[in-house]
Amino acid sequence: MGVVTTTLEQAVNWSRTNAMWPMLFGLACCAIEMMSAQSADYDLSRFGMELMRPSPRQADLMIVAGRVSRKMAPVLRRLYDQMPDPKWVIAMGDCCSCGGVFNNYAIVQGVDEIVPVDVYVAGCPPRPEGLIHGIITLHEKVKTEKLTEYA
Amino acid sequence: MPAPTLEVSFDGLKHLVSSRALEGDTLLLNMGPQHPSTHGVLRLLLELEGEIVLNCIPDIGFLHTGIEKNMEAKNYLQALVMTDRMDYLNNIGNNLVYCLAIEKLVGLDVPPRAQAVRVILTELQRIASHLVWLATSSLDLAAMSTFLYCFREREIILDIFEMCSGQRMMTSYIRPGGIWRDVPDGFEEAVRQFLRLFPRRIRQYESMLTRNPLFIDRTKQIGVLTAEQALQLGVTGPMLRATGVAFDLRKAQPYSGYEQYDFEVPTATGGDTYDRYLVRMEEMRQSLRIVEQALNRLPDGPFISDNRKFVPPPRAELGTSMEAVIHHFKLWTEGFSAPKGNVFLPVESPRGVLACYLEGDGGPKPYRVHFRTPSFAHLQALPLMSRNHFVADLVAIIGSIDIVLGDADR
Amino acid sequence: MDLEAVIKDLQSELGQAVLGVERGRGEVGLLLSPERVLTACQRLRQRHGFDLLIALTAVDYWPNEPRFTLVYKFYSTMANAFFGLRLPVPGTAAEVPTLENIFPNANWHEREILDMFGVRFTGHSDPRRILLPEDWEGHPLRKDHPLGYEEVQYTFNFDEIDRRKPYAVE
Repeated sequence: MGVVTTTLEQAVNWSRTNAMWPMLFGLACCAIEMMSAQSADYDLSRFGMELMRPSPRQADLMIVAGRVSRKMAPVLRRLYDQMPDPKWVIAMGDCCSCGGVFNNYAIVQGVDEIVPVDVYVAGCPPRPEGLIHGIITLHEKVKTEKLTEYA
Repeated sequence: MPAPTLEVSFDGLKHLVSSRALEGDTLLLNMGPQHPSTHGVLRLLLELEGEIVLNCIPDIGFLHTGIEKNMEAKNYLQALVMTDRMDYLNNIGNNLVYCLAIEKLVGLDVPPRAQAVRVILTELQRIASHLVWLATSSLDLAAMSTFLYCFREREIILDIFEMCSGQRMMTSYIRPGGIWRDVPDGFEEAVRQFLRLFPRRIRQYESMLTRNPLFIDRTKQIGVLTAEQALQLGVTGPMLRATGVAFDLRKAQPYSGYEQYDFEVPTATGGDTYDRYLVRMEEMRQSLRIVEQALNRLPDGPFISDNRKFVPPPRAELGTSMEAVIHHFKLWTEGFSAPKGNVFLPVESPRGVLACYLEGDGGPKPYRVHFRTPSFAHLQALPLMSRNHFVADLVAIIGSIDIVLGDADR
Repeated sequence: MDLEAVIKDLQSELGQAVLGVERGRGEVGLLLSPERVLTACQRLRQRHGFDLLIALTAVDYWPNEPRFTLVYKFYSTMANAFFGLRLPVPGTAAEVPTLENIFPNANWHEREILDMFGVRFTGHSDPRRILLPEDWEGHPLRKDHPLGYEEVQYTFNFDEIDRRKPYAVE
C-alpha cells in the first residue's frame, strides 16, 4: 500500500510542478522583472508557465511582485482567498518579503502578514534568474509534499 | 414592473455617477486593481451602457509608498535610493531630476564628462521605457510578438546599465555632483553595438504595426484630445506633442548639456492613440541620435565634481590628506547640508514633465521633497478621453497614456 | 517674457494681498495671501498667458505659524517661462479657494493636498482622499504625524519581534 501512495504522491507532485500557472499579480518594479523573466531571454515557459492567468480562479501560484500598500492589502487577501487549492505564494522582492527600503506608514512590512508565503526571493528587484531560482525552489518544496497534507 | 432601485453604497462615490446608474439603468462595473490591462494597480469605476463607457472614475493609491515622507527622514544621499523606485521604468531619469535639484539648491557644478554620460544613460533609459510601453500596449491590443521583441532589446540596454552600475534597474548611478564612478572600458563598444542594431529593430516594429489595418482600426480616432483640453488638464510629454504643441523641456529649458545636441521634437496633429504611437516611435529614433552625438563627443576629465563639501573623496586620497579624511567622515556619517531655500526643477521624462520641488532647511535631511509626476496628471485626462468609447478602446487608451502607477502614487 | 512686468501688474491689481516677491536661483514668484488667489490666477492665465499649471503642492512648517505654505507653479507655453506663487495658510481652519474652475487639473492636486496635509479647498467638486484608503485617519505629510516605521529585526531581537509580528494564517 505504501508503494502505491508514494508513487501516487510523486506523480501528483510532478504534475503539479510541471504546469503551475502563475497569477498575474505584478504590482511595481518587480513586475517588470517578472515580465522580463516571462519573455524571450529568461524564458519561464520552459517551466510550464507559458501563460499568466489574470483570473485567480484559474491560477495556482501567486507571485506577489512589488510593494503592497495598506490600501492594496485587503484586495490581496481577497484574491488569495479566491484561488482554489492547491495554491502557493512566492514573495518576490524585498518589499513583499520584509517591507524592503520602505519602512513607513504606507507599506505592509512583509506580505506574510497577509498571506502565508512559501518562498521568499530577495533582491530589489531580483534578477530574472533569481526569480527562476525561487520557482525551482518552490518546485522542490512541492515535490516533497505528502499525501496526508492534501486534504 | 418599475425598474428596481439599487441601494448602492460604494466608497461614497454617489456624487460622481449619474442618476441613471443609481437607478440601475446603466451598469456600474469595477475594473479592479488587479487587471491585466491596467498596467499596474489602477482601479477604474466604469459606468457602462451596454459596451459604451459613459464615465470612468479612476481610483489610485494602491501603490502609495509614502516616498515623500520617507525621504524627509533620510539624508540627501540616502534619499536618492528611494527616487529610483518611484517611476520604475525611468530610474535614471528620477535620479537625474533629484540630483539636478540638489545641485541647483546648493550650487554644485557638474563636470562635462559627467553631463555627457548622464545624457547618454537618460536617453537609453527613455528608449527602454518606450520599449516597455510598446510591449505592454501592443500586448493589450493582442500583438503578442511585439512584447517578446521589445523585451529582447531592453535586455541589451539593461546589460549596459549593469555594466556601469552593477544593477539592471535601480541603478542609483547618478549622484549629486556627477556620476557614481567612471564608465567601464567596454561601455563605448556596447553602446555603439546597440546604436548599430537598434534602427533595424525600430523598422521591424513599425513594419508590424504602423500600416497594420487591425492596429489602425483599433487606434485611429480613439481617445482624441485637443491641444486646449490637454493644456487645461496638465497633460505634457508625448501626449501633448501628439496634439500639435511642440513642448519639450529638453529644448525649452535645457539641462545637463542638452543644448549641445541636435535633435528634433516629433509632433503629430490628431491627438488620438495612433498619433501618440507615432510620436513615441519617432522619439526613440531621436534618442538614438542624441546618444550617438554624446558618445562621439564624450569629453575626458573627471566624472564627478571635486567639491569635497558635497562629494566624498576617492579612497586613494585618504592615505595622504587629513582634510580628505575629515570630509569623508563628515559626508558618510551626517551627509552634506543644503542651505535654506527651495528649488523647482522640471525635466522631460519619457512620460511628460517630471519636476522635483526640493526645500532645504540648512540640515542634512531634505525638509520637503515633492515630485510632480506626469502619470498623476495624465490620469485626470482619462475620463475625458474615454467618453463614448467601447471598453476595448478604453484598454487601448490606457495603454497609450503610458502610465506607471509607481509614478502616479509615489 | 518680462516677468518683472507680470509682478508689477499683479502688485498693482492685488495691492495689500501681495506679501512679498521671491527671486532666487533663476525662479520668480510672489508671496500672496490666500483670499486673492483666484484673482491672481485668473489674471495670470488670461492676461499673461500662463496656460499650464505645472505643480501644486504644500509644505508644513509646524510648529511655526503660518503652518502651511501652498506652492503653485505656472508655465507659459507661448513664452517659455515659469512663475510661482506661495500662499501662507494658517494651521487651524486651513481653507483655500479651489482653483478647479480656472485650471481643471488642479482637481487631483488639491485632493492630494487634502489627503496629505488636511488643507481644505472650498468649492471643490470631489473632496475625498486620493492616495490613502477612505477610512484612514490622519494626514501623513504633516510634521507631527509619525513616519510609522517598524522596528528592525536584527539577530539579537529576532525572536522577540517574531513573536509580536502578525503572521497570516491560511
